[in-house]
Amino acid sequence: MNIIEVSGLTKHYNDFLAVDHINFAVKEGEIFGFLGPNGAGKTTTIKMLTGLARPNEGSAIINNKDIIRQTVEAKKTIGVVTEDSNLYDELTVADNLEFTGQLYDVAGSERESRIKKLLSVLGLESKRDVKFAKLSKGMKRKVTIAAALVHSPSVLFLDEPTTGLDVLSARVLHMMIRELNQKGVTIFLTTHYIEEADRLCDTVAIIVGGKIKEIAAPEEFKLKTESKNLEEAFIEITGRKEEIMLAEKGIT
Amino acid sequence: MAMSGSEIKGAFYIALKDMKTYYFKAPNVSWGIMFPVVMTLAFVFRNPSGLKELVPGLLAMSILFASTSAEAIVIVFERRTKTFERLLLAPLSLQSILWGKVFGGIIFGFLISSLFLISSALFLKISIANFAFLILSLILSALVFSAFGTFISVYVREIFDAMTLANFFRFPMIFLCGVFLPVSSMPPLIRAAAYLFPLTYSVDLIRFFLTGQYDTVNPLSCVTALIVYSIVLFYFSVLILKRRMEQ
Repeated sequence: MNIIEVSGLTKHYNDFLAVDHINFAVKEGEIFGFLGPNGAGKTTTIKMLTGLARPNEGSAIINNKDIIRQTVEAKKTIGVVTEDSNLYDELTVADNLEFTGQLYDVAGSERESRIKKLLSVLGLESKRDVKFAKLSKGMKRKVTIAAALVHSPSVLFLDEPTTGLDVLSARVLHMMIRELNQKGVTIFLTTHYIEEADRLCDTVAIIVGGKIKEIAAPEEFKLKTESKNLEEAFIEITGRKEEIMLAEKGIT
Repeated sequence: MAMSGSEIKGAFYIALKDMKTYYFKAPNVSWGIMFPVVMTLAFVFRNPSGLKELVPGLLAMSILFASTSAEAIVIVFERRTKTFERLLLAPLSLQSILWGKVFGGIIFGFLISSLFLISSALFLKISIANFAFLILSLILSALVFSAFGTFISVYVREIFDAMTLANFFRFPMIFLCGVFLPVSSMPPLIRAAAYLFPLTYSVDLIRFFLTGQYDTVNPLSCVTALIVYSIVLFYFSVLILKRRMEQ
């Protein structure tokens, strides 16, 4: 069953066409990777799917709700971790989670128990009363993910979740994503780290210049392009093989 | 536009968060309290016997500065830090989010003006013609100035621009709108200009419920004008924000 259905989604900023009539579907319970080089249209797509930007054309159905016409209803079922860890610096970790729970109308007692559980699962109990501004980048990321989970969403959007994180923090985050997925949460992940997508995703869509080039499982990509790994397949599909070869020649 | 129960709650929590995060900070409190006090003292030193007459203007001015000082920069600041995205991601309409913002300004403006009201009652021994309606007029004034602050905050893109634009309107208002000198004593051209600003109606409404007399605009017209200003400013704030999201 599809939990996300995107049809003809288009967004332009004045004359610049950021996303060009894209179509895809995400199955319930899968980890869907949305890959592309910088400026390919990944963040614009995620913004449209989460109600942060209004598409110029097309539709997006999430959990049977139209994100354009039933925005508020659709938002109740999704959690979003944006590219920046954008919680309130002045508030403590617990206050940030409390406020997010309040915005999603999670009842008081339920809210408290969920916050407790999230802090425990993410190893943040000792940071409960620490102001968000005082946390390390990795910790901030974890708290931002916790905030996206306070209302128990069925779909979690992660926009470049490991950008700027050290190897250890990124690995912890990967484990968290897998665990969440095992608990039934559908994950929509945008990344430009190919290895990350290879390791985590059941299905990968590659977007280049606002258009979707291919959608398949990572293994299918490798078979199709006769590549050893997803990175080589990605380079092949995005048409950057010659560019890379020329650069390599230049270096040697 | 009607708001559901969860949207009203959401707006209320946004206001509480703003109070906690922004409003009770030294710069806001100083703008809300110090500025009106200093301006009033400057006039009192010239005419010490006229302090009581300045109370309606002082109350209105304290609401203007308290409600707009934080309100005018909150949204533009949150857009810069990207924390505003958190509100936009929540299952709330744009109207509810902005109501939350306006509500924070109303509470703060009302609290600051209440301090002035209590101080005036204690130290100047002023009598109040109609206490309940005076409170309502303070709340209505806080609504219009908070909506004004919200409008500025969604209209500009930089914090510096927000302060510049807010002051562009606030400072002329202090001198034109009957805060220190009654509008009736002004030349016709300046009087006409005074009627363009909501502070004129706020001062006259507060004056009426404080002293039982108004200067140039009757209370019903004042209430109508303040409500119309609030609706127009709020409507345009929603419209601008909606447009920003479509761009």
